[in-house]
Amino acid sequence: MTVVDGPVPVLDVRGVTKTFPGVIANEDIDLTLNQGEIHCLLGENGAGKSTLVNVIFGLYKPDKGTVKVRGEEVKFAGVGEAIEHGIGMVHQHFQLIPVFTVAENVILGDELTNGPFLSMNEARRRIRELEEQYGLIVDPDAKVGDLSVGEQQRVELVKALFREADILILDEPTAVLTPGEVDDFFAVVRSLVDQGKSIIFITHKLREVLAVADRITVLRNGRIAGTADPATATQQSLANLMVGRDVVFQVDKGEAHPGEVALRVEDLSVEDERSVMTVNGFSAEVRAGEIFGIAGVEGNGQRELVEAITGMRRKAGGTVEILGHNATKLTPRKIAELGTAHIPEDRNKHGLVGSYSVADNMVLNKYSQAPFARRWVRNTSAVHDEAEELVEQFDIRTPSVDVPIDTLSGGNQQKVIVARELTGDVDLLIVAQPTRGLDVGSIEYIHQQIIDRRDRGAAVLLVSAELDEILSLSDRIGVLYRGRLVGVFDGADATREELGYLMATGSTPDTEEVAS
Amino acid sequence: MTQGTPIPTRLVTDLGKDELAPRRRFGRRQIVGIVFGSIGIGLLGGIAPAITSETRAFAFEPPPDPLSLQFNPKTIVIVIGIVYLITAALSFLPAKYDRWSLIGQIVATALGIPLILAISLALSAAPETNVINLLDQSLILATPIALGAMTGLWCERSGIINIGIEGMMLGAAGVGFMTYAIMGAASSPGWLWIAILVAILAGGLLATLHAVLSIRYQINQIVSGVVINLFALGLTGFIRSEVIVPSGSSKGVPTADIALPILSKIPIIGDTLFTGRPLHFLMYLVVFLTWLVMFRTAWGLRVRSCGEKPHAAETLGINVIKIRYQAVILGGFIAGLAGAWFSMEAQAGFEDNMTNAAGFIALAAMIFGKWTPWGAFAGALLFGFARALGSRLQFLDVSIGDFGIPSEFFQMLPFLVTMIVVAGALGRAVAPAAEGQPYTPSK
Ligand SMILES: Nc1ncnc2c1ncn2[C@@H]1O[C@H](COP(=O)(O)OP(=O)(O)OP(=O)(O)O)[C@@H](O)[C@H]1O
Ligand SMILES: [Mg+2]
Repeated sequence: MTVVDGPVPVLDVRGVTKTFPGVIANEDIDLTLNQGEIHCLLGENGAGKSTLVNVIFGLYKPDKGTVKVRGEEVKFAGVGEAIEHGIGMVHQHFQLIPVFTVAENVILGDELTNGPFLSMNEARRRIRELEEQYGLIVDPDAKVGDLSVGEQQRVELVKALFREADILILDEPTAVLTPGEVDDFFAVVRSLVDQGKSIIFITHKLREVLAVADRITVLRNGRIAGTADPATATQQSLANLMVGRDVVFQVDKGEAHPGEVALRVEDLSVEDERSVMTVNGFSAEVRAGEIFGIAGVEGNGQRELVEAITGMRRKAGGTVEILGHNATKLTPRKIAELGTAHIPEDRNKHGLVGSYSVADNMVLNKYSQAPFARRWVRNTSAVHDEAEELVEQFDIRTPSVDVPIDTLSGGNQQKVIVARELTGDVDLLIVAQPTRGLDVGSIEYIHQQIIDRRDRGAAVLLVSAELDEILSLSDRIGVLYRGRLVGVFDGADATREELGYLMATGSTPDTEEVAS
Repeated sequence: MTQGTPIPTRLVTDLGKDELAPRRRFGRRQIVGIVFGSIGIGLLGGIAPAITSETRAFAFEPPPDPLSLQFNPKTIVIVIGIVYLITAALSFLPAKYDRWSLIGQIVATALGIPLILAISLALSAAPETNVINLLDQSLILATPIALGAMTGLWCERSGIINIGIEGMMLGAAGVGFMTYAIMGAASSPGWLWIAILVAILAGGLLATLHAVLSIRYQINQIVSGVVINLFALGLTGFIRSEVIVPSGSSKGVPTADIALPILSKIPIIGDTLFTGRPLHFLMYLVVFLTWLVMFRTAWGLRVRSCGEKPHAAETLGINVIKIRYQAVILGGFIAGLAGAWFSMEAQAGFEDNMTNAAGFIALAAMIFGKWTPWGAFAGALLFGFARALGSRLQFLDVSIGDFGIPSEFFQMLPFLVTMIVVAGALGRAVAPAAEGQPYTPSK
C-alpha cells in the first residue's frame, strides 16, 4: 500500500455541510490542519468561516460530513467534548463574563477545586504559569469588564490554553486590536506555534495573512474557492480569490472642493464614565465637500468625541455647531434631523437592535417619517421595499430582510448600518471605524460610498484606528492626543511616520527640542 | 489644492497631565447628604426643643429589675442631629474623601434605628422598652423574608426572574399543613417534621412548574410567576375549605423551642436570641450555605455564569438549561421551607393568603442586597425590624399631645430610610445581565 508519508493532520474536515433556515452556510468543505502550522481561513463577510469553525468546535452540528481529530473520527455532542479533544477557540465576539474576574472566567466550566470548594489560588498559579510560558500578561484578579479589548483577547487565549488546547481556532482576533496590540498578539501566536500548537486563523487583513500563514484556504459563498501558497500569493491575488473579481486597493479619489463650514467644534470638553476629561479643549472645523480624518491611538478620546458631537453624551464644556445650528444641547434625534448621519463605533450597542429584523434595523433613523409611517401607523411594506433595495445595493448576505439581524455574520451587520446611514439626504457624515471586521471587497465599496458622499457635497468626519484608512480617504488629517488636536495635516502630504510619531508622543520631533 | 480659508497645518499644542484628573460632580451622594442635612436641621430645630427631657430607658432583660440603659431623649436627638449635619458636610468634600462620606452615610443610616426608638419612647407614656425582645422579634419576622430572598437569589442568579416566590411559599404552607392535619395531628409529633418535608417538596414542585414554563416553553417569566401565585392562591383556598377544615384538626402544635448549646447561656442576650424555633435557626444556615455554594463552589460559579452570559457558558461546555433547572428547583425547596415556617412554626394552622406578601418583600430585600446573600439577609432584617417595630409601637401608645400617632406611621419610617439608602448611599443595584431572557442552545 502506498501511503503518502506526510504528517498525520491533527485536524481533518471532510465534506462538511451546514445549513440554517434559508442559507447554506457551508457546503461540502474539506480542510486539514497539520501539527505546528498556521492555517489561514479567508473569505468575504458571510462566506461561512465562523460557521465552519463553530462546527469544528462542536457548537454547531454539521448536516453532513466528518471531522477527524488526530486520525480519530469525532461526533461532538457539545462543546465539552471538543474541549476534551484539545480544541480551543477564541470567538469572533468575546465570550467572557464581564462581572467575573479573569481567574473566574478562565476556570469556568473546568473548575479547579479543593474538596468541594473552588481553589482560586491554584487558578492564579496556573494563570501565572501560562503567562510565563507564552508571554500572555493578564492580572488574574482584574474584573474582565474593566479590561481593554486587547487584554480581553489575551484572557480568551488563556482560557483555551488553560484547557490544554493544542488545536487553537482564532476567529478574527485582530479585528478589534490597535496596531500595537496586533504586534503583541502575533508575538504570542508565534510562541504558541513554537511550542507545538496548531492554529486556524481567520482574518480579513491580507497583510497579516501573508506575514503569518503556512497555508491559506479561501471560502466564498459557503464553498471552498481555492487555496493559496503564502510564498507566492500577493494581497491582490488573495483579494481576487475571495471576492471573485478584481479588487482595487487604491481608492480613486478626486480633489476636494471644500465649501461652507458644516461642523464647527469649539473648545469641547467631555468626560468619560470615570469622570475623566478624555476630550479636553478640542476644536476643529469640517467643511462641506471634504473628509476630515482623525488619527490617534485608541483611548485618546475618540469615542467620547464622537458621542458628544452626535448628542449621545453630555458635554462638560464648549460648543458644537452643525450646519449653522447650535447643536451643543440637541438630542441625537434632533441632530440627525439636521441632516447628520452617524456610523457608530460599537455596532451592537449603538447601531443595531439585535432582535429586530434586518428591515426594521434599516429604518431605525427614519422609521417615523414618510413613507415608512403615516402619522402613528407604520407602513411595513414601504420598510420592506426599502430594505430589499438596500440589501441588493450593498450586497448584504442575508436569507431575507425579515430574519433577526443577530443571525447575520458580523461583517454583514456592519453593512446594514452603513447602508442605512448612507442613504437619504446627508450633509454631515460622522463615521467611526466604518470598516472594522469587513472584507476587502466591502471595504472598497464603503470607501467609494464615503468619497461619493463627499463629492456630492457632504462634510465627513472620519475616525479610524486604521492609519491606512485615514491616509487613503482624508483630505485633511487631525491627530488626536489626550483629547485634543495636536496637529492638522494636509491629506496629500502626510506620511505614516510623521502621523505615527505624533500619535504616540503628542508632539513632533522639532518641537520637543524647543520644549526641553 | 483646496479652496476657502487656508488650512492650518502642523499646529502643535501641549497638554498638562493634571487636566485629566477626575472632577467632583453633583450626584447621588450629594443628594443623600442634603436629605440627611435637612433631617438634622429638623431634629435640632424642630424636634429637640419640643421633646421631653425626662429620662427614658432601654431594657435588656425582662422585668422585674431589668438591666437597662437610662437616657435623655433630648440629648440623643441632639447628638444624632449633629451627626446628620456632619454627614451632610462630608458629602460635599472633594472626590478623594469619598470613603469618608460613604462611612458617614452608613453610620447616619444605622443611627436611624435608635433615633426612631428614642423619639417614639419619648412621645409615649411608657418609660422603657425592651430592646432585646424587639431584636428577637425582628429576627423571627425576618425568617420568611430571608428565605424567600434566597429563593429569589438562586433563580435570578441563574437568569430566571421569579415573582412567584409568594405563591411557592403559600402553596407549600397549605400543602404542608394539610399533610399534618390529615395524617397525624393527633398521633405522634414526628408527623410535624414529615409535613415540613412535604412543604419543602411542594415548594420544589411549584418551582419545577415555573422552570418548565419559563425554560422549556420560554413563556414570559413574569407571566409564569403570576400564574404560580394565582394557582397557589386558588389551590390552597380549596385545600383549606375542602380538606383541612373537614379533617377537624385545623389547629395543631407548632415546632417547639430549642435552646442552642452554649450560645443560649450567654448572659442577657442568650436566653432571648438563642432560644427559639428550629426553622428560624435553619434560616441562618440556609443563608450561609447559599453564600458558600454560590460563591465558593464550581456549581455556584456556573449558576452565576448562566445568569450573566449564557452563551459564554455554553461555549465552555456548560449545559445552561440543566443548570437553570437545578437552580430554580433548589430555590423552590427554600421557598417551601419558608412556607412551612408560616403554617407550622409561626403558628400551627393555615389561613387563606397567610404569607401576606412576604414573597414580594423578599424580592425587595434581594434587590436591596444587590443580589448578594448577605446583602439580601440585611434587607430581610431591616424589613423584619420594620414589622416588629410597628407592632411594638401599637402597645407603646405614642402620641403628640392628644393626637395618637397611628402605628402605621412608624411602620413606614424604616422603609423610608431604606429608600433613601438604596437610592443614594449604596448606589445603583445591577441585576444579573441575562435575567429574564430565555435561552436557546446552539444547534
Ligand atoms: N445562528 C445562525 N442562524 C441563522 N443563520 C446564520 C447563523 N449563523 C450564521 N448564519 C448565516 O450563515 C452565513 C455564514 O455566516 P458566518 O458567520 O459563518 O460568516 P463569516 O464568514 O464568519 O462572516 P464574517 O466575516 O462577517 O464574520 C451567513 O449568511 C449568516 O447569515
Ligand atoms: Mg465570522
